[in-house]
Amino acid sequence: MTKAHASSLFPHPHLLGIEGLLADEISLLLDLSESYVEQNRQANKKRALLQGRTVINLFFENSTRTRTSFELGCKRLGADSINMSVSTSSVKKGETLIDTAMTLNAMHPDVLVVRHPHSGAVKLLSEKVACSVINAGDGSHEHPTQALLDALTIRRRKKRLQGLRVAICGDVLHSRVARSNIHLLNTMGASVRVVAPETLLPTGIERLGVERFHDMAQGLEGCDIVMMLRLQRERMNGNFIPSSKEYFRFFGLDAEKLARAKPDALILHPGPMNRGVEIDSEVADDIERSAIYEQVEMGVAVRMACLDAVIHAAGNNKKAKP
Amino acid sequence: MTANGKRTAYVNARLLDPASKLDCTGALLTDGTEIADLGPTLFADGVPEGIERVDCKGHCLAPGLIDGRVQLREPGDEHKETIVSAGLAAAAGGVTTMLCLPNTHPVIDDVALVELVKRRAHEAELVNIHPYAAITKGLAGKQIAEMGLLAEAGAIAFTEGVKALHNPMTLRRALQYAHSFDLLLVQHPEDPDLAAGGAMNAGELATRLGLSGIPTIAETILVERDLRLLADTGGRYHVAHLSTAGAVAAIRRAKAEGLNVTCETAPPYFALNENAIGDYRTFAKLSPPLRSEDDRKAIIEGLSDGTIDAIASDHAPHDQDSKRLPFVQAENGIVGLETLLPLMLELVHNGSLPLLRALEAVTAAPARIFRLDAGALAKGKPADLVLFDLDKPWKIDVEKFRSKSKNSPFDERPVQGGALQTIAAGRTIFTGKI
Repeated sequence: MTKAHASSLFPHPHLLGIEGLLADEISLLLDLSESYVEQNRQANKKRALLQGRTVINLFFENSTRTRTSFELGCKRLGADSINMSVSTSSVKKGETLIDTAMTLNAMHPDVLVVRHPHSGAVKLLSEKVACSVINAGDGSHEHPTQALLDALTIRRRKKRLQGLRVAICGDVLHSRVARSNIHLLNTMGASVRVVAPETLLPTGIERLGVERFHDMAQGLEGCDIVMMLRLQRERMNGNFIPSSKEYFRFFGLDAEKLARAKPDALILHPGPMNRGVEIDSEVADDIERSAIYEQVEMGVAVRMACLDAVIHAAGNNKKAKP
Repeated sequence: MTANGKRTAYVNARLLDPASKLDCTGALLTDGTEIADLGPTLFADGVPEGIERVDCKGHCLAPGLIDGRVQLREPGDEHKETIVSAGLAAAAGGVTTMLCLPNTHPVIDDVALVELVKRRAHEAELVNIHPYAAITKGLAGKQIAEMGLLAEAGAIAFTEGVKALHNPMTLRRALQYAHSFDLLLVQHPEDPDLAAGGAMNAGELATRLGLSGIPTIAETILVERDLRLLADTGGRYHVAHLSTAGAVAAIRRAKAEGLNVTCETAPPYFALNENAIGDYRTFAKLSPPLRSEDDRKAIIEGLSDGTIDAIASDHAPHDQDSKRLPFVQAENGIVGLETLLPLMLELVHNGSLPLLRALEAVTAAPARIFRLDAGALAKGKPADLVLFDLDKPWKIDVEKFRSKSKNSPFDERPVQGGALQTIAAGRTIFTGKI
């Protein structure tokens, strides 16, 4: 499948979440991403595919790797990008989300890449603008490009997604990464487990098609992939878990707990890591087991593919209308 | 530990084991720290050389009592009680295992404190002591303590001590968290808002005495609420010292629905009612308060039909200065280690409970609730035993208590039966006569 072919097949002008995407659509985005992995490893990483296009990165929440990789993705595809973060935007001056969206819409961007602390905010915004919208993380809801880059990392290492046993460990309750990954991995035929103290597991999570575990040793048993989630500091003070010390003892990934997974099990982490809280440096830095930096590399490729795909889908949709 | 240990034969005993429903005349052999053998025909042909022989003279030999709720006051309030003085009191009361509350100074909410209590208990060489740890840091009701690490260090269960964990969100998270580690939470069943300012049971007597009352709904509502939370979260939940008919009924319903709930009561709630307060007797001031006669009868009914699993002493030592105060200002609680056995036997003598059921409430039931390898007469179990006289009448005398504190409303109460010898881990830690 050629790249141009792939991007023109993606039917959705927005990428708001993984939930609802078909397996073929996910595969298409992953295939497209593969081609950009190659491009990103060339000396000349820049192409003119999206020349003349405008992408606005609208971040209502701090981000390093997501925002940087979108920005880099835009530049490497030849698009013009600007970054708006909440500290410099008029949101601080009291503008509502929709007013901000309408204002930006008036500038005729092709894509808005949006991160927002509240679940559903990106969807709301997408309903008010004429351009494509990519969700770069909304509250505890979805973070689709993270799930795609995780899937790409896994697929490149394991050559498949189907039939893999994946453990997602840690703060599932507050994690958009976990939700997007659960949807993606289930759609692609992997079997997913969540491992955490009950206080960090949302009600009814098993209805999303996962098995719940409270014990790392049991939860990691026989897993191909161990996906660690970041535990935010404000959760460590005794509301959800007693302390980072206790959390690390029982739920932090170390060599002993990892030994229960398959010998070739791969470790993923969306970053940034809390060493000594959810992950031990010994395993985080094990280049045989840890794919944490590979994930970052795949992140750029995946975001290029997503920009490419939604822009083409939006163009196709426009053409289809009389 | 059994090999080469000291061996002792307890012969001519009435063997009583609630766990196996055993009630027969026979003998029991301890080897080192464990029970090696027992039965009606053991040593029928005499005790071989090299084994110490103890003639039980037909008295009852039962598993040592397990007291699920004791305040040791150490560390922090050693003028009221210490691990040693409580250990001596326990031994004199036939208690071989006690669980101590975390409301010491400092609070047992840290691994180091659990280890401290365990070490001092070990050094005392008296009874087995298992500390509870706090559910929340500093018993402040806000942040969950390090339950996993505390349990690893030896915390037997988790409780806020003499107050309820009231905030429903904190309790919900605590139940969820404890459930993840398969740990037991123990609740003091009293809504602090409904009980605020109260000094005794709300009712006619409180009105006559001019004291603010604590309504029975303070207990019932908290228990009902907790049971709803438990049904939602799952996990293990135990209610301490039930005092009201309403709470007994709530637990009865919950058990019928299959909820994983257990509960206990304490002797004052089946042996006394609010009238024991009489003329402002602060030794009858408890938390929860002594209730009405109808509540007292409901507690006995709950024990009889098994709704109430266990009896604990709720030992709460206080010095004179804490009790010789206007009723409202006096501390709550009574000492109970040395009266647990005779008051439990009162239920047998007055026909309320069969002997084995009454014994079960202080042996096999707490062993089951707290998952202790104790509380049964069986091969391989710890040699924790009590030899007691079932019938002999005597009067409770607080001046003879080993406990440092004498705050008991049962002084001079005529009772029947009591401990003659107490054995913990094969060692005799008390001998006495009635």
